[in-house]
Amino acid sequence: MTAAVAFLVLLAALAAWWLSGQRLMSRPWLATGIVEDTGGLAHMPAAKVGLGVFLAVVGALFSLFLSAYTMRMQLADWSALPVPRILWLTTLLILLASAALVWAVRSARRGEKERALDGLLAATGFGSAFLGGQLIAWDELVGSGYRLADNAANSFFYVLTGLHGAHILGGLVALVAVTVKLWRSPDAAAAQLPVELCALYWHFLGLVWLVLFAVITGWAGDFLAVCRQLLS
Amino acid sequence: MADVPLDRVAETATTEVEDLSLHHPHSWLTRYVFSQDAKTISIQYTVTALVIGFIALFLSWLMRLQLGFPGTFAFIDAAAYYQLITMHGMMMIVYVLTAVLLGGFGNYLIPLMVGARDMVFPYANMLSYWFYLLAVVILLASFFAPGGPTGAGWTLYPPQAILSGTPGQESGIILMLVSLIVFIAGFTMGGLNYVVTVLQGRTRGMTLMRMPLTVWGIFTASVMALLAFPALFVASVMMLFDKLFGTSFFMPSLIELGTRLDYGGGSPILFQHLFWFFGHPEVYIVALPAFGIVSDLIATHARRNIFGYRMMVWAILAIGALSFVVWAHHMYVSGMNPWFGFFFATTTLIIAVPTAIKVYNWILTLWRGDIHLTVPMLFALGFIVTFVNGGLSGLFLGNVVVDVPLSDTMFVVAHFHMVMGIAPVLVIFGAIYHWYPKVTGRMMNEALGKLHFWITFLGTYAIFFPMHYLGLLGVPRRYHEMGEASFFPASAQMLNAYITVLALIVGAAQLLFLFNLIWSIRHGREAGGNPWRATSLEWQTPETPPPHGNWGKEQPAVYRWAYDYNVPGVAQDFIPQNMPPEAVPLGARPASGGMS
Repeated sequence: MTAAVAFLVLLAALAAWWLSGQRLMSRPWLATGIVEDTGGLAHMPAAKVGLGVFLAVVGALFSLFLSAYTMRMQLADWSALPVPRILWLTTLLILLASAALVWAVRSARRGEKERALDGLLAATGFGSAFLGGQLIAWDELVGSGYRLADNAANSFFYVLTGLHGAHILGGLVALVAVTVKLWRSPDAAAAQLPVELCALYWHFLGLVWLVLFAVITGWAGDFLAVCRQLLS
Repeated sequence: MADVPLDRVAETATTEVEDLSLHHPHSWLTRYVFSQDAKTISIQYTVTALVIGFIALFLSWLMRLQLGFPGTFAFIDAAAYYQLITMHGMMMIVYVLTAVLLGGFGNYLIPLMVGARDMVFPYANMLSYWFYLLAVVILLASFFAPGGPTGAGWTLYPPQAILSGTPGQESGIILMLVSLIVFIAGFTMGGLNYVVTVLQGRTRGMTLMRMPLTVWGIFTASVMALLAFPALFVASVMMLFDKLFGTSFFMPSLIELGTRLDYGGGSPILFQHLFWFFGHPEVYIVALPAFGIVSDLIATHARRNIFGYRMMVWAILAIGALSFVVWAHHMYVSGMNPWFGFFFATTTLIIAVPTAIKVYNWILTLWRGDIHLTVPMLFALGFIVTFVNGGLSGLFLGNVVVDVPLSDTMFVVAHFHMVMGIAPVLVIFGAIYHWYPKVTGRMMNEALGKLHFWITFLGTYAIFFPMHYLGLLGVPRRYHEMGEASFFPASAQMLNAYITVLALIVGAAQLLFLFNLIWSIRHGREAGGNPWRATSLEWQTPETPPPHGNWGKEQPAVYRWAYDYNVPGVAQDFIPQNMPPEAVPLGARPASGGMS
């Protein structure tokens, strides 16, 4: 459960930082009158905070899956599956989608509607291509005889990529909705927040993919071996 | 950090907020069924959960009938008994306690107590309830599925949960897992609302340290639930794959009825880690809102400021953080590295410290208070007694050497029913009696309420206290009949029969509550806006019950914390949170300061 606990420690550190600005040591029974809220989140839109909390939940979900992965892979019957070459391409694609969204956010902030639209459309294209690439990877693996139930390594591969893909699919739906919203709205400023939210979500899923990819290819294995030695 | 500097404390007019940001419902359907008003959603959650609660109570009756009078009821065979145990446990813990305390009370109290007009994402909030209802329907459907509901025990441990010896193996276990997955998806939507509304939706002047402890409890529990439920989600998804697609996440190599199954190499212990990574925080997901609510009930009905408010807040946060590093104390019997056992025993005992602080602070709040033995107060006091008792036996079980012999006995059943069954349920009753006047505008009947309290409190105590003794004798849990063994006397069966009779009486007494709840909607005494003369914002709404948007034209501004009871030199014994300092009536109070 190392990955899950490590993720929670990270969240706890964030929470501690936030709480440190919340006057937890004040004596509320002494002061009367209006006290203005000064916390670090006070001026952030609720939707952004909401997305942040949601991403914490998604992060917990994947870190728990990774914990299960690392515990399961130590058992005797584990036999790792070959990594399809196309995963390198899809890794590039998901990073490109993130880059396109960085572009879209910058353009939306400057009020350049057309450029922002270009960025969103590019991100939607890269994102869809990513999903297509993942499906091709599945197809290749099944074709060469690595089926879901044959080995736990295969099961984890399909479940993890599937779960990540489902989140990507949700991100694509949001992207399309935001693109339509921006396309219809007269100025780019109105859609700035939704574009930022989309970008945040995609960056996070890109990060999750990089971690998953590192684990699946086995690079993370060395790191995990060190962790295990520390614990045992 | 220092106190609030005085120059920050400015006099400001209350904020006038446009009421337009909320979409007021226009039709009967959007008002009462597909409502986005947190208060309506709260009532939907509570009513649904109460229905499930009564079903689960009925299941426990059947279990007790079998245990008390084995062999008398032919339809309760071993398989049926396991199904009853499983459904009773899962329903009560997830679909009743979690749903009422977070979905029910969270939805009603968070926006009102922090002075918001509604939750920040009302649409997701509405979806949350409908997902919950769907999860409930799927769960109940398993009673009618071929093979009946699953009998895997509420912990659903593999491999037995999906093997053919376990009742409900055909479809019950699948429906259970799917229902949990849907529940968790729905809860996530609600939980985001509870957390972000506290973070971003507070009204002017409502700093975190001015929030009532109820909000602190529900807020912290929601954060924990958002992070803990994914563990159950992961475990459910993986077990569903093992069951449906023949993967071996959890399933080791097995021979069943002489045939070797296709499974191989999986780890049942892995499931236990995931399950209890959710399961232990779940105890506090239920307990923390209860702690918060009890603090407010005690302060209000003892007319005293809560003792050690800051300590109470810190304790809630400490318990929330610690509860994520104690999970393996549920797995001592599964075997583990002794160092792990030592670690988890230590964290388990450490968590008793902030919990004990809370108990002391409740007692010190009551000390020399102007205690009004109203029905909510009685339930709050009952909670303290029950919770201390259940918590103390938890200290026994937290130690590896004590847990190993007791783990599979009735002692554990007694412990967790005291601490996370009866104790939170007493709080739920107390809270319903307390906030009912705000929800309906009428009081619940007090005489009936007191009768309900005494039967429930004394009755449950009389049920579960002797159960510790049965456990110490060695009477095993999870057995559908006790059988005969040399280590316990024949009279142990008499104790079992006595417990069953009491369980029937206490269960039936809950109909008093149900009757009171329904009857008082029309026939209760008119309550007015603030019948308990309480300080927190929900009692200061311009209308009772509060309409959609809660506050009319003007959102309240908050000038003080939530516990200004019996402030010296003030003419009334409470000061509402939204009363500006210059409006506070000064002067001596009439001698009969309080009235009930």
